Amino acid sequence: MANEARSDSIVRGFALSSVFWLLVGLVVGLWLAAEMIYPALNLAPWLAFGRLRVVHTNGLTFGFALAGIFACSFYMLEKLTRSPLAFPGLAKAQLWLFNIAIALAALSLFAGMNTSKEYAELEWPLDIVVVVLWVMFAVNVMGTLVKRREKQMYVSLWFLVACVVTVAVVYILNNLAVPVSLTKSYSAYAGVNDANIQWWFGHNAVASVFTFPILAMFYYFLPKSTGLPIYSHRLSIIAFWSLVFGYLWTGAHHLMLTPVPEWIQTVALAFSLFLIAPSWASVINGYYTMNGNWDQMKSNYLVKFFILGITFYGLQTIQGPTQAIRALSGHLHYTEYIPGHVHMGTMGWVTMIITASMYFIMARISGREIHSVKLANVHFWLILVGQLLFTLTLWIAGIVQGAMWKAVNPDGSLMYTFLDSVAAMYPFWTVRLAGGLLYFAGILVFAYNIAMTSRKPQAA
Amino acid sequence: MNFNSLYEKPVLLAVAAVAVISVGTLVTTFIPLFLPSTQPVSPLIKPYTAIETEGRDIYIREGCNNCHTQTVRPMRTEVARYGDYSKPEESAWDRPFLWGSRRTGPDLARVGGKYPDSWHYRHMSNPRSMFPTTNMPSYPWIARTKLDTSLTARKVKTLGFGYDDAEVVRQLAAFRTTVTAPAYPSAQVRSQATPVALQGEVTELDALVAYLQKLGRDLKAAQKTAVGSAVAEAAETKNPFGGSRAAEEEGEKIFKENCRTCHGEKGAGGFGPKLATTVHKFGGSDAELFASVAGGRPGGMPSFLPQLGKDRVWKAVAYIRHLEKEGR
Repeated sequence: MANEARSDSIVRGFALSSVFWLLVGLVVGLWLAAEMIYPALNLAPWLAFGRLRVVHTNGLTFGFALAGIFACSFYMLEKLTRSPLAFPGLAKAQLWLFNIAIALAALSLFAGMNTSKEYAELEWPLDIVVVVLWVMFAVNVMGTLVKRREKQMYVSLWFLVACVVTVAVVYILNNLAVPVSLTKSYSAYAGVNDANIQWWFGHNAVASVFTFPILAMFYYFLPKSTGLPIYSHRLSIIAFWSLVFGYLWTGAHHLMLTPVPEWIQTVALAFSLFLIAPSWASVINGYYTMNGNWDQMKSNYLVKFFILGITFYGLQTIQGPTQAIRALSGHLHYTEYIPGHVHMGTMGWVTMIITASMYFIMARISGREIHSVKLANVHFWLILVGQLLFTLTLWIAGIVQGAMWKAVNPDGSLMYTFLDSVAAMYPFWTVRLAGGLLYFAGILVFAYNIAMTSRKPQAA
Repeated sequence: MNFNSLYEKPVLLAVAAVAVISVGTLVTTFIPLFLPSTQPVSPLIKPYTAIETEGRDIYIREGCNNCHTQTVRPMRTEVARYGDYSKPEESAWDRPFLWGSRRTGPDLARVGGKYPDSWHYRHMSNPRSMFPTTNMPSYPWIARTKLDTSLTARKVKTLGFGYDDAEVVRQLAAFRTTVTAPAYPSAQVRSQATPVALQGEVTELDALVAYLQKLGRDLKAAQKTAVGSAVAEAAETKNPFGGSRAAEEEGEKIFKENCRTCHGEKGAGGFGPKLATTVHKFGGSDAELFASVAGGRPGGMPSFLPQLGKDRVWKAVAYIRHLEKEGR
């Protein structure tokens, strides 16, 4: 087995980088959650809320998730093609450049150098570095696929290809800007078009970072860790093409009831509802794969990560489209409901799948079992309960907040001031912080478990 | 063709994926780039001044958009809370747009002119001194930092605001004179927020406040003056459609759609006054009738200028004249 994987050190490097940026991003997240309740934590310019929030989102999206995706992608590529990486030296350079870039990105965001466009906040010199990194990754993915020894390409590899091309297209087009200095630029688009292109990017960054590659991992590591073949190859083909086609139409559901032309909003709403079908095709494929073998939920510590992960993906892809419906958007948009939605996807789906995949990979490349299955179970329960506490609380908070904003007296005047709606949030924010702390404790257990598995000497 | 071969050819698969993602991209983002509806321009919405541009960049640097939106939705309670809903032309000069995605704090699209400058100086320095339950953090250091204007001229040029370097210098100097003058209405609060050494300079907070005061200002001014200036203009002219049979017929159609429910069939009166008469409650000259229809009157007459526009208001007036003749 060991002779198939030739890039273990690169995979390990990305996996450990991912864990590191996960810890950094979560500490910043906890700080923010606390600052929502204690605004006095706005201690210094580089610790100010508006800057930290960007460090949190970018650190976890590009630091944690991308590094995890790189680690798992390189691992899956070598296994599924039965070939070594086409350019291992390039992958090694990518590992170094990636960590330097993320560190510089964090520093620049702490310093307030940002474009304000969500998940595309990095200023133009770092955008160029990101593009270079992505080309390095794409060259290895495509090169390895071209040189592969396995004739058929498994569904995970298609999702990887979709990830490579979609990220490239949306990242470059949304970040087009005119520089005025090394650290400052202005968007190439103005007003309505800038908003429309930003959320076309914003939504498809979610598709191509938090969906395509995570589905690739799901389709690979679920069968691998259970020994069960995926239920339907045909269903995965249908899911793949309709997902990739449908996603690009939906960006404007982030812009419901704004000055963006109404037809663009309505088209986005229609395609958002359409996306439920291909999303659930993957959910059903996962569930049916377990048919007759559900006892593995108890006997195999990894299965529950994958099954709960795909369940949260399923809930996420129902909740998302419903939020696109104008009437519901009118009540829920701009409230805490939306961070609640986002965190189910990231803390539930994405982290469940990436951390479980990393257990699998780390055990394989260390040539033995993981350090502690018991700790992995502790990790699972802590992040599950922490996430549920966090997200359920924010959904309720959002519904309350939306209702307060819309409440009117019999004479038609507003029942609550905006400040009333802020004051009503403090209890919810306290529970959210508690949920975040539980979740963080789970991730600390995970990090320890991964570190110990990675450190263990090879069995003789 | 054997479709399975697609899954054996990675380059073909990548090309197919690009083609598939391009469809939605073209329809929902590329084509709209060239539509008038995404880039409306109004002469009433002015570009940012040099100082407002710098203030906006501080807003961006501090990530204010992470907690504050700048788009009022067309919903009853939003309009009641913030003011008129946002129009596309209001963002015409915005690169980037700053509509935001979350209201941890209130929307700011209409904050300009809502409070005096002194309110903002105090609020940015210590929001909890004004609102004990707010979670808006204090940003006292913004007032303690001198505004860097070394790039202002280049910024204004890049953004295409249409005034030159000399004008930038003039605006910055004029602004400095205004905010540092003892007669500046917010001078006392400003001096409390600003360190002594910087009281004669322009600080980052000065620029930020100038930017906040610009938000929604042009739209409010335009709406306030649109009716006023149309009425003033009408006072000096006669009905351009006066005596035109075609205009009276068009006016009749407008009347049936907009006026009949209150003023009755052929202006015979209803909950609204009788119009088929020469004696009008608010005056019967062309200008007075125009003012009534365009701007509305106390006691229930709404303003019709926004929905009808000047020409159609005149045509309605022409029809009312016609009714006078019939009523005699």
